Amino acid sequence: MNTVQGTSTAIVDPSAAPAPSTGPQRALPHRRSVALRPGTWLVWAVVVFFLINLFGVITTVVLDSFGRTWFAGWLPKGYTGSNYSDAWNEFSLGQVMTVTFEVSFLVVVVSLVLGVPAAYALARRDFPGKKAVMLLFVLPILVPPIAYGIPLATVLYKFHLAGSLTGVVLANLVPSIPFVVYTMTPFIEQVDPRLEAAARMCGAPTRAVLGRIIAPLLLPGMLAAAILVLVRTFGMFELTFLTAGPTSQTLVVSLFSAVFSAGIRSAQSIDAMAVVYTGSMLVLLVLALRFVNPTQLVARTRD
Amino acid sequence: MSTLTTRPGVAPPEPTRTALRHRMAERGVDRTLLLLLPGVVAVVALFVYPFVYGLQLSFQPQGVNAHGGVFASYSAFFHDKFARGSIGTTFYLAIPASLINVGFAVPISYRMRSQFRGKRLLLTILVVPITLGTVLTAEGIIEYFGPVGWFNSTIQWLHLSNHPLTLTNNYWGVLFSLIISGFPFAFLLTHSYLSGIHPSLEKAAATLGAGWWQRFRHVTFPLLLPGLLTTFCLTFVLAFTVFPSAMMVGDPDGKTHVISIEAYEQALQKFNYSQGCAIAMVMTALMFAVIGVAMALRSRLYTGSTGGKG
Repeated sequence: MNTVQGTSTAIVDPSAAPAPSTGPQRALPHRRSVALRPGTWLVWAVVVFFLINLFGVITTVVLDSFGRTWFAGWLPKGYTGSNYSDAWNEFSLGQVMTVTFEVSFLVVVVSLVLGVPAAYALARRDFPGKKAVMLLFVLPILVPPIAYGIPLATVLYKFHLAGSLTGVVLANLVPSIPFVVYTMTPFIEQVDPRLEAAARMCGAPTRAVLGRIIAPLLLPGMLAAAILVLVRTFGMFELTFLTAGPTSQTLVVSLFSAVFSAGIRSAQSIDAMAVVYTGSMLVLLVLALRFVNPTQLVARTRD
Repeated sequence: MSTLTTRPGVAPPEPTRTALRHRMAERGVDRTLLLLLPGVVAVVALFVYPFVYGLQLSFQPQGVNAHGGVFASYSAFFHDKFARGSIGTTFYLAIPASLINVGFAVPISYRMRSQFRGKRLLLTILVVPITLGTVLTAEGIIEYFGPVGWFNSTIQWLHLSNHPLTLTNNYWGVLFSLIISGFPFAFLLTHSYLSGIHPSLEKAAATLGAGWWQRFRHVTFPLLLPGLLTTFCLTFVLAFTVFPSAMMVGDPDGKTHVISIEAYEQALQKFNYSQGCAIAMVMTALMFAVIGVAMALRSRLYTGSTGGKG
């Protein structure tokens, strides 16, 4: 036993063999770091360059949203908060925010109600045609919104649903339901099916198994899916843009229209609106990251 | 089987029905599958039906093409030089953008594997652009990279160029916006794929005397490549369907007249739904062609366990 251990350490770490002299042990990492150096510096230089420009892009908008006028030079001339109140009145942000939250809330609720049971069935059963169902659910995520949004808008116009809140909610459900299915499936797979079997053995009816065993265990997953769908719906531009009417625009879409019907509006109040949008998105994302580990969704952990 | 033999009294009353249900249940078909129904119906009604409807509509030309035969909407698109050019424009934007995003994501996430101080902060900062939204990014690019913006001011201050560079309302503005919105996404995916590769594999290579480049080239990179192709596909799809930023920072009537703008203008500005749907179908087909090539390449690679959380 002892000899085996001895040889294995000798194989794994050759530098450890001449233990008495610490010289080679130190030299090895040192030499390696020299060899890595130019590449490492280049990588960090690229990261810093990207971050500086990103910082510039964000800061100019935020500064401009507080600025009076800014035509040239490094900084705006004077600061004011009036751009925000202007934006609030000019773009009727109150109404737009209400619509945004109505749409997001409805999409979250409906997609959870439709998506979670489907995810449960997919996680628990292996049936003929499962691949086809999986494909059906992956397509709306894969096909870009603008490609199916145009036919979808045409259909919604045919049924006189486009332009209304219902139309916007229906359009946003298309990517959300599959998204819930794919977020929830790994969560459900982590719940041991023997728990359900044990509950049934103890005489629990289906209602009790669902309500007292599965639902509490899936609550974190459902919360995660709900927040991710909320973030997506909040930021979804294409589908809402193609299906919304004047009274059913969400924040992103009315921001886009504001830029294109500019002229009478100052660039500053558009920037103020963009900052409001990004601020709310940031809050949502921080909230989402508290509950969801983004890497978990890509490479799922399984023991 | 065993239940039938041990309890012979249960089976006789309705033999065929029980047997069928059992046989179905053995293959995984039982009442649980009814849970799938609402979701499947919703996706079929809201995704498959509109898509098929759009496909069918694209073969029913309307407006100026009404008398040109079944394929008139498609031929109108392919015969108009400006409209046809939008395909090239889109690829010319999407391919460099996704190559840059994936290309930079690899070395950066390779550096970010080890633990160091401030790693979490850096990760958060790199992910922040996802929240920016296209409009803020576009506004920022117009102001920052504009003729009197900070970028050009700095360049002139450093005497790198005498006259301001034109970086907005053309190709570059859209490319920058695609990088700003696409890079965090590519980085996040690459980072999680890379953290799924167990470090012991590289350590094993190191004990056999492999240098860092050999370890990367022959151990990590082959394991990462399938994930990279997936990342490439996803960033490509994002870049291929660029719409709002091409309108705002680009030159929508010229250099950055991408295919999604062409489809939108036909369908919702000229109300030629048939041709709009036809362009949307062309767009979908092109996108699937690229994804198909990437996936065909991917299927030739090793896609087994990567030793990590895999």
